[in-house]
Amino acid sequence: MKAELPLHAPGTQLDKGYIGQSVPRPNAQRLLQGRGTFIDDLRFPRLAHVAFFRSPYAHARIKKLVFDKAIKSPGVLAVFDGPKVAEYCKPWVAVLAHLKGIKSPAQYPIAIGRACWQGEAVAAVVAESRSQAEDAVALIEADWYELPVVVDMEAALRGDYVIHEEFTDNVCFKREHDTGGVDEAFAQADAVVEDTFHFGRHTGVCLEGRAILADYNAAEHSLTVYHATQAPHMMQDIFSRHLGIPEANVRVIAKDVGGSFGIKVHVYADEMATAAISVIMRRPVKFVADRLESFLSDIHCREHRVKVRVAVKKTGEILAFDLDDLTAIGPYSVYPRTSGIEGNQVVNLTGGPYKHQKYRAKMNVVFTNKNVTCQYRAVGHPIAVALTEGIVDLAAQKIGMDPAQFRKINLIADDAYPYTFPSGIKFEKLSHHQTFDKLMQVMQYDKLREEQKELRGKGIYRGIGLAAMIEVTNPSPAFYGVGGARISAQDGATLRFEPTGMVTVMCSVTEQGQGTEAIFAQIAASAVGVTLEKIKVITGDTGVTPYGGGTWASRGAGIGGEAVLQAGRALRSNILEIASRILSLDKSELDILNNEVVSKLTLESKLPLAELGRVAYFRPDTLPLDFQSELTVTRHYTPRQYGFTFTNGIQGSLVEVDPDTGFVKLLKHWCVEDSGTVINPMLVDEQIRGGVVQGIGAALYEECIYGPDGQLLNGNMADYLVPMSGEMPDIICAHVETPTKQSDLGAKGVGEAGTAGAPGAIMNAVNDALLPLNARVTAMPFTPERILKALKKV
Amino acid sequence: MEHAVETTLTVNGTRVTRRIAPRVHLVDFLRDELGLTGSHIGCEQGVCGACTVRVNGEIVRGCLMLAVQADGCSVETIEGLSDSGEMKRLQEAFHLHNAFQCGFCTPAMLMAAQELVKQKKRFSREEIRVHMSGNYCRCTGYQAIVDAIESVIGK
Amino acid sequence: MKAPSFAYAKPRSIEEAFPLLERPGARILAGGQSLIASLNMRLSAPELLVDIGGLSKLRDISQQPGGLRIGALVTHAEIERSLDVKFHVPLLAAAAPHIAHPAIRNRGTLGGSLALADPAAEYPACALALNATLILQSRKAERRVSAATFFKGLFETDIRPGEILVGAEFPKVERSVFLELTRRHGDYAIVGLAGVADASGKRIAFFSVDSRPVLAKTAAAARSLEDGLLGLKKDLSPAADLYNTSATKLHLAGVLLSRAWNTLSKPH
Repeated sequence: MKAELPLHAPGTQLDKGYIGQSVPRPNAQRLLQGRGTFIDDLRFPRLAHVAFFRSPYAHARIKKLVFDKAIKSPGVLAVFDGPKVAEYCKPWVAVLAHLKGIKSPAQYPIAIGRACWQGEAVAAVVAESRSQAEDAVALIEADWYELPVVVDMEAALRGDYVIHEEFTDNVCFKREHDTGGVDEAFAQADAVVEDTFHFGRHTGVCLEGRAILADYNAAEHSLTVYHATQAPHMMQDIFSRHLGIPEANVRVIAKDVGGSFGIKVHVYADEMATAAISVIMRRPVKFVADRLESFLSDIHCREHRVKVRVAVKKTGEILAFDLDDLTAIGPYSVYPRTSGIEGNQVVNLTGGPYKHQKYRAKMNVVFTNKNVTCQYRAVGHPIAVALTEGIVDLAAQKIGMDPAQFRKINLIADDAYPYTFPSGIKFEKLSHHQTFDKLMQVMQYDKLREEQKELRGKGIYRGIGLAAMIEVTNPSPAFYGVGGARISAQDGATLRFEPTGMVTVMCSVTEQGQGTEAIFAQIAASAVGVTLEKIKVITGDTGVTPYGGGTWASRGAGIGGEAVLQAGRALRSNILEIASRILSLDKSELDILNNEVVSKLTLESKLPLAELGRVAYFRPDTLPLDFQSELTVTRHYTPRQYGFTFTNGIQGSLVEVDPDTGFVKLLKHWCVEDSGTVINPMLVDEQIRGGVVQGIGAALYEECIYGPDGQLLNGNMADYLVPMSGEMPDIICAHVETPTKQSDLGAKGVGEAGTAGAPGAIMNAVNDALLPLNARVTAMPFTPERILKALKKV
Repeated sequence: MEHAVETTLTVNGTRVTRRIAPRVHLVDFLRDELGLTGSHIGCEQGVCGACTVRVNGEIVRGCLMLAVQADGCSVETIEGLSDSGEMKRLQEAFHLHNAFQCGFCTPAMLMAAQELVKQKKRFSREEIRVHMSGNYCRCTGYQAIVDAIESVIGK
Repeated sequence: MKAPSFAYAKPRSIEEAFPLLERPGARILAGGQSLIASLNMRLSAPELLVDIGGLSKLRDISQQPGGLRIGALVTHAEIERSLDVKFHVPLLAAAAPHIAHPAIRNRGTLGGSLALADPAAEYPACALALNATLILQSRKAERRVSAATFFKGLFETDIRPGEILVGAEFPKVERSVFLELTRRHGDYAIVGLAGVADASGKRIAFFSVDSRPVLAKTAAAARSLEDGLLGLKKDLSPAADLYNTSATKLHLAGVLLSRAWNTLSKPH
């Protein structure tokens, strides 16, 4: 069902403009010529560089830091410890009121007295070049007193050793949920299956390292921060409050950002320290995390051990899910979103696509002496989807039913909406059966099963895996705002009509490569009536755009896009007001098409927009005395009716497992997604594919491996394996469109869908391949070692 | 004991002479000294490929070559190959097929892909994937990149 | 990370190189694909890099009776492309495409790989399987060392102070096979096999199984694959790595042996 998009003033017969078209991104050519501007490309007079002295120990008291040699090293301007930087920057505690009972110690920009993870910064060297700063870091002398290290999550939960003296345990956050009737449901079941899944801790590995350039102007007590961040306004508020600089005196500018996926939406101690150092030294200071320190200090994610049980009838009906999730974070909850959200999402989303009514969940988030963790693309979904879909496959197997058929029986009906799910989340309108049917058709499921059977006879082991999913998008203030976080769930767009007939769009949602600026151009052009090349988009500058939330939780198209749409319509209306005065015609007789004011009835051109611009800006003396042109319009949008706008989708994976080597070959992957109105199918598809590949990374390759003493053992690009082109399959994307009624645009989010479903689909495919060999794997990533072990070959 | 070494190289057709500290790698030199910031740094370990530039007509990892080693060499970066027009078809194909997102890996992807285009032979998707597997991209699924290259090679 | 400071010299001839190498903390810089990476990570801190890239005499590939002599500065890309190598030493031509990626192969050298002796490297195993001769030059003399004695331990070779590896001679053999298991193209091998065979029998070298390449003598002498696999258990006791236990490494070595067996056993 294609969305009905009344983009134009009521009564017109014009088409949807650029909405739904796969236009190549306008205004992105600079990236093809190496002429973009990433933070590390910026040059400033007197720019100083920061390098950090990082703890080699996972947990140790800092007895003494000696800077004598470091400070004399060539090019060094200053060396700072924690207490010094704390004089200029207040610490933070990452807790939110709606995560009941969540606790965390305070975190300082540079650690004071104690380092709690290997890689935590305990001193900063400022020098004229990064090389010189690193030379000096090597000259810092430190005396340490090693403390017990907590690495294992079960040990952390037991509390054998409590990391923080102010607490009596290592529990950051725990949550329990019980609909009631769960034990009864299990008693009534014909079959009960249970399993324990492990998810490997991994990390974002954005190609551009975290980057920040802070420029404090002492004369004006103002701070400009060039920051590779997804949320400039959030950072503006944080720099203001923690550095004691009035809000409007802080300007945060995100230039081109080299990938983020959530990594660059959090507050990092070393980045806050950099900003504080600029204030202390009264000159611009830059910090770019190199790859080695990225592995040690960019947020990690997804370290979970989950036990799950499902009760089913022999007809295939799921009666109940029972969940016990344990997840290990670092020694601090990360600011300001907290490190409790990922686990919270696992509780919210387990069982998501299905119509069972009974659900019980228990979840614990524990501190460890490993790197801090927080939200990374699809937050919690990859785990919830994988464990749900994994146990569902096991249940289907137990009762002897095909896994596709089992899902079909249990998917929430397409006409069941609005619907409240057992975890309390509310669905506006999903299309599980449509997406399921489409996937079966696109992947030719039955044919694949036949092929699989035939090849098994020849000793070739192929596996087919499915993963149905729901996804959180377009969040309302229910996500963070209600908990007290100064994270905006609304966004705004200002559209300014230029004298030559171009339109500048300034929007508070940001761009990290997903094509935000492209879709805003498409929406604006369509809403105003100009052609695409007339649009210029500016994002990522708190000094220029309206106030807003930025990019996260797949909200850019749905929220920012709606603000652009409303602003575009309002601008069109204002332009026609002027046109009616110039032409002495009724506004209702006019419209805008292809850069011209036209007759709504005949489409005959009446006035080029460039001419209207000339008159409005330079010859207002020719307009009626009481008339004022308003050619700059701002509109905001907040999703209000639903806490989150859920989307749905389903993925399929086809793999071949080599039983001799344990290697998995990815033959093909499919994703059918319903994200409401699709503004640019080409952009959406490669977003999905990028997300799927990240999910493939989680399923087969990526894991941050820590030793028993809390040392990260594989923190470099040769030892931490990211997906490269040689091993990736072609990924086929298809769409169903169920627009949300909460906005005129009808767009839901889609940026994280690929990552949410891929690990589950691949796990199910691998286990499907291993089925005849009586082997099963449940610990990601599925390395050859783990598969060979399951096959009992080693 | 470090002595700046007088080095002369040609960069994008322009002769450049500088005294360079031996420890500076080629990409840092191009970026910091010459302001050619189109070549990027992703790992400084030679694995991610973001620093790929051309030296004497062949692609190399700019982070694994000392700037002083480029003495007497001809270096070409993404800026040079853009301005000369050599990459025009490939860049257009990348644009049309949406083969880039954040753009950080893109200059290097183009440098590596151009090696295939230069050979004027048809390559299979599999061969393209293998050739490009030294260049890390986190944003795309690599598929659009393969599509873009496929549309240009052998023609 | 940025490399620490060091001095740099580029000799114009091998005679100029020797005195430079006698300086304290002097190291040879050839392709730099391993050395510069380790410098960038501050894993080593030489005081002087002696860039031998200008010694053009080390760039030759020349036919010899019974084989090929390849200069130390010949790059992996040149080996990959060379018709001489393809014809005379196909084992090397088969190994070269597995080394990292094209951009690395354009700079990395044969000599660099042999002299570094990374346990996961391809060429040392090829040299061992072929029983190649490594040619070392010092101020005083040329010294020829067989591959069998050249690789001594983890990153340890028989190169003596004052010596430069200038090339290697590879004999032509009847049959050869090169296999490597990696999870991604261009990765360091989990396990690798370089094997050759002729009338006198088989020589099978495994790499990434120990601190240096290992000749699986019992396996190579076996009459059947079954016996070969049993023999392999005597020949290899691989250490575990970050992702694979020793049992897995041994198992995978067995899989490679199985895959190589027919090619090596083909009657002539």
